[in-house]
Amino acid sequence: MPTITVDKAALFKELEREYTTEEFDELCFEFGIELDEDTSQSTKPEDQAQPPQLKIEIPANRYDMLCFEGIALNLRVFLEKQQLPKWALSPAQSGELETLTVKEETTQIRPLVSGVVLRNIKFTQERYDSFIGLQDKLHQNLARQRTLVSIGTHDLDTIKGPFTYEALKPEEIKFVPLNQTKELNGKELMEFYDKDKHLGRYLHIIRDSPVYPVIYDSNRTVLSLPPIINGDHSKITLDTKNVLIEITALDKTKVEIVNHILVAMFAGYAESIEPLKIVSPHNNESRESPDLAPRMFPAEVDYLNQVTGLDLAPEEIAKLLAKMGYDVKRSSSDKNILDVAVPITRADVLHQADIMEDYAIAYGFNKLPRFYPNKSSAVAAPLPINKLADIVRLESASAGWTEVLPLILCSHEENFEWLNRKDDGTTAIKLANPKTAEYQLVRTSLLPGLLKTINSNRHHAVPIKVFEVSDVGFKDESQERKTRNERHFGAAIMGKTSGFEQVHGLLDRLMLMLRSVFITREDGLKNAQLGGYWIEEVDDPTFLKGHSAAIKLNIDGQNHTIGVFGILHPSVLKAFDLPYPVSTIEFNLEVFM
Amino acid sequence: MAGGTRGPVPVPLKTEEHNVTQDVLDLLESKQTLQTSEDFPSIPQAEIKAALDRLASRSMVEYQAHDSEQVLLTPEAESIVADGSHEFKVWKAVKDAGKVPIKELASIVGAESAKVGQGNAFKNKWIKKDGDSLVLVADTVQDATRDLLKGIQETKTLSDNKTLNELKKRKLVTVTKVIDYSVTKGPKYAKEIPVEVTDLTADMLASGAWETANFKPYNFNALGAPQDAGSLHPLNKVRQEFRNVFFSQGFVEMPTNHYVDSGFWNFDALFVPQQHPARDVQDTFFISDPPKADKPRADPITEATMDTMEAGSRKLFAKPNETGEKPKSRDFEKYWQNVQDVHQKGAFGSVGYRYPWSADECLRLVLRTHTTAVSTWVLHRLAENPRPARYFSIDRVFRNETVDATHLAEFHQIEGVIADFGLTLGGLMRFLEDFFSKMGLENLRFKPAYNPYTEPSMEIFGFHKGLNRWIEIGNSGLFRPEMLEPMGLPKDMRVYGFGLSLERPTMMKYGVNNIRELLGHKVDLTWIKEQPAVRLEKD
Repeated sequence: MPTITVDKAALFKELEREYTTEEFDELCFEFGIELDEDTSQSTKPEDQAQPPQLKIEIPANRYDMLCFEGIALNLRVFLEKQQLPKWALSPAQSGELETLTVKEETTQIRPLVSGVVLRNIKFTQERYDSFIGLQDKLHQNLARQRTLVSIGTHDLDTIKGPFTYEALKPEEIKFVPLNQTKELNGKELMEFYDKDKHLGRYLHIIRDSPVYPVIYDSNRTVLSLPPIINGDHSKITLDTKNVLIEITALDKTKVEIVNHILVAMFAGYAESIEPLKIVSPHNNESRESPDLAPRMFPAEVDYLNQVTGLDLAPEEIAKLLAKMGYDVKRSSSDKNILDVAVPITRADVLHQADIMEDYAIAYGFNKLPRFYPNKSSAVAAPLPINKLADIVRLESASAGWTEVLPLILCSHEENFEWLNRKDDGTTAIKLANPKTAEYQLVRTSLLPGLLKTINSNRHHAVPIKVFEVSDVGFKDESQERKTRNERHFGAAIMGKTSGFEQVHGLLDRLMLMLRSVFITREDGLKNAQLGGYWIEEVDDPTFLKGHSAAIKLNIDGQNHTIGVFGILHPSVLKAFDLPYPVSTIEFNLEVFM
Repeated sequence: MAGGTRGPVPVPLKTEEHNVTQDVLDLLESKQTLQTSEDFPSIPQAEIKAALDRLASRSMVEYQAHDSEQVLLTPEAESIVADGSHEFKVWKAVKDAGKVPIKELASIVGAESAKVGQGNAFKNKWIKKDGDSLVLVADTVQDATRDLLKGIQETKTLSDNKTLNELKKRKLVTVTKVIDYSVTKGPKYAKEIPVEVTDLTADMLASGAWETANFKPYNFNALGAPQDAGSLHPLNKVRQEFRNVFFSQGFVEMPTNHYVDSGFWNFDALFVPQQHPARDVQDTFFISDPPKADKPRADPITEATMDTMEAGSRKLFAKPNETGEKPKSRDFEKYWQNVQDVHQKGAFGSVGYRYPWSADECLRLVLRTHTTAVSTWVLHRLAENPRPARYFSIDRVFRNETVDATHLAEFHQIEGVIADFGLTLGGLMRFLEDFFSKMGLENLRFKPAYNPYTEPSMEIFGFHKGLNRWIEIGNSGLFRPEMLEPMGLPKDMRVYGFGLSLERPTMMKYGVNNIRELLGHKVDLTWIKEQPAVRLEKD
């Protein structure tokens, strides 16, 4: 969630009253934003050195509250100090609209563009900073780090239309970038900003493209090289009177959202909003932008009242929705329908459910009638594999073993090499983007976690006896998700002696509890119908030669090898840095389902 | 010296030189009251105490302790008592020689005495300077320091506090606490500790010897024998408590036993747009191998598990003329298309996000970031036969987070889902009040919030009595129509969803500040063994 810092005194002036921190916190709570910090309560010298600031967390879908102007406006409307403005376009001052012609080559890199002209705007330092700050927030959030949308703002009086949006080879684009003195071409510019802390992270968006997007005026002055940087020539200052905003994008919906938000937040400081004529016939995007008409959204009175548990008349609903910025009229054709005008600031409204939520907020979440609307009952049931796992967990603890909960993710080494196991590429689920080597794959065995837990507890008196009942993961082509979990039981004992009989004894105990009897190998092999388990020596490099056994099970006429136990090979002990002998057991529980 | 602290009082211990226990008994025979500081001055206090406790527990002696302070001389002070103070030594040297060159003084009395003593001897007007030498002024002198220290040495006390502090500062005395015991015979006094038996045995029962046996008294101040106990992990103990709450409210446990899910189930089906920040590599673990999921399709095994679990409610609520036939199975292809439409161009009363939706993005495999991916599957299944239903799960989820005291790449999510017709927002609040009251949290407040798949969305706040403030305890909401209607659920069916992490309430219950001390391989085994059972409604 973005956090917006606003001047406390200025905001309270807009809200026409003083609030204590608690009162303002309460207002935020009711509206659904969050007061993170009031710096007047801070003891930090850097906070005390400046006028008190409020740090407010904004929900990620409220792009209309990413600057001081938006927070003040929405709260004023909520507090019924004013109605939401009705933004409207004015005719061109000069009689003719500014024009931006889009060249077809731009489809190769960044095909969409929108824009607007704000006439006779009055900047102050605060307004100017807020204007820059909002663009930055929009770039970070909605625009996904400028990939989807990017904004350029220009002093219209320094340039001359008509403008063109083109895509040219990097070497052909030459201009002085913002706040620089030297002219660079597109290629040089990439090198120049490569190490730049702020701009460096955006270069990848166009760097390897054969053509770069660029906007020119009629004198071939470069306005901007989206989405990287504007030209220095047309930069806006505190004295700028007429602002040209150009917005380039990959996403048709978001480019207009950004245009709407910039207009709604800053048109209040300007005399008029003048559309920009976009000429883009090759992709049917020729138009005058932006369209400031509210979206008409039908909402059902029944629905609004039913979900909120309220029973208010349409007029009362309309009054409450006005607090959230909606202009509501009753439909002339249907008594149950309200025609809700959704303002340009509220791109987050997608469904009447969103209007219903605002109705509930305006009424007050915590004032809604709290009663359960019906008496349906249900029959509970545990997931069968969890029930089985719980039996094994309780029996293991009753047998004197301690349950541990290591992580599911581990490194490749821990899961394979350290256990003397080979990765043949068919078992382990591998992660594409872990932040550390600790998380390279989903474990295929419970052993790494058990052994790491013992390692972290080496200072304990021995014997250490631990177990875990949990899932491991495997690749599985037969599944929709190409993977499956498998519930395993695992245990490990570290002591002065190997503990081999201990893990063997634990196996016997658990089998007894799972109604599986001990049978001989010969009998088991001879007769699969004979239910029960046996063990047989197995050669497994994880274990000391001659000291590991496979666990065999006949169940429902089927013969399974469900797991293995044994004394860990000394090289495994060394890899996991374990000072004493360790015996482990691990087997699959799913066969008992 | 006192043997072990557990179990019966240990048998008297013998030291190499003496047996204090026996010495006490011997002495009491001839002396009515012992004062340990006088009668056993050289035996350490702890040893005396152990011997007296041994005897007192058998009622053989009675004793009282007296605390007092002793003033003891430091080695420096002891040498003053023996040889006189520094100034006295200087005066004596001058008196003996008649005249001492200053340069030679140190070689006669030592450097320390020459340094300190010379000044004091001047101050006392015992000696004076005569050119480069020292000569006598007073013929006889009184060495007050030495006399004072000698007195202390004899009485081990000094009543004048001011002088005492001065001496302490000069590091001439130290003050120590001494415990002195006055000991008298007890009702069972005897010259020797009688032969004792440590425990009742089968042999004694058989022979009848228990009737006359002299049992060694039990030490009621010690802990019992440690139990070689196994134990369950505290996090799983809390998990079980939450499961019990869900079971008591008629919830069916969801099949969360797959960690890997497709973008479809984890995001798209929940109406999370493909450009949402949660789908960034910064937040979500993507799977490189296997490379890609299939499109959603039937899963007969999980289906059968759910059928088994829901058989109970199906039977209970069956109408007399119901055939029990399974309803028509759902159309996955249609679901896929509906999800695409609701994102890309809007559908089901929604304008949608209106962006080019990518099937490839949808089929990327991820480690599930929430168990809501499974809730989605279960709700889609419910669309075959829409009816009131309650589902829950508590299982592991994964976030590609930077690890710190409150964040791990893995944690457990507790999730509840209630589907019914005509549900209201206030009904969800009421339900949650009931749910959280079972863990002692009353008076919930709800804050409007944003979540891509619920509308309205509410953060749940509870008043924590221990912390004396409102804390966020979970998230809740009604699932969006854009999530439910593409599944084929009817428009008037509403679905509550709520969730919280298992770790947070557990950390609060057990006072754990670092999540790594709770989950993962770094958890201390002693801690696991010693955490009390969980009773959510208590404390």
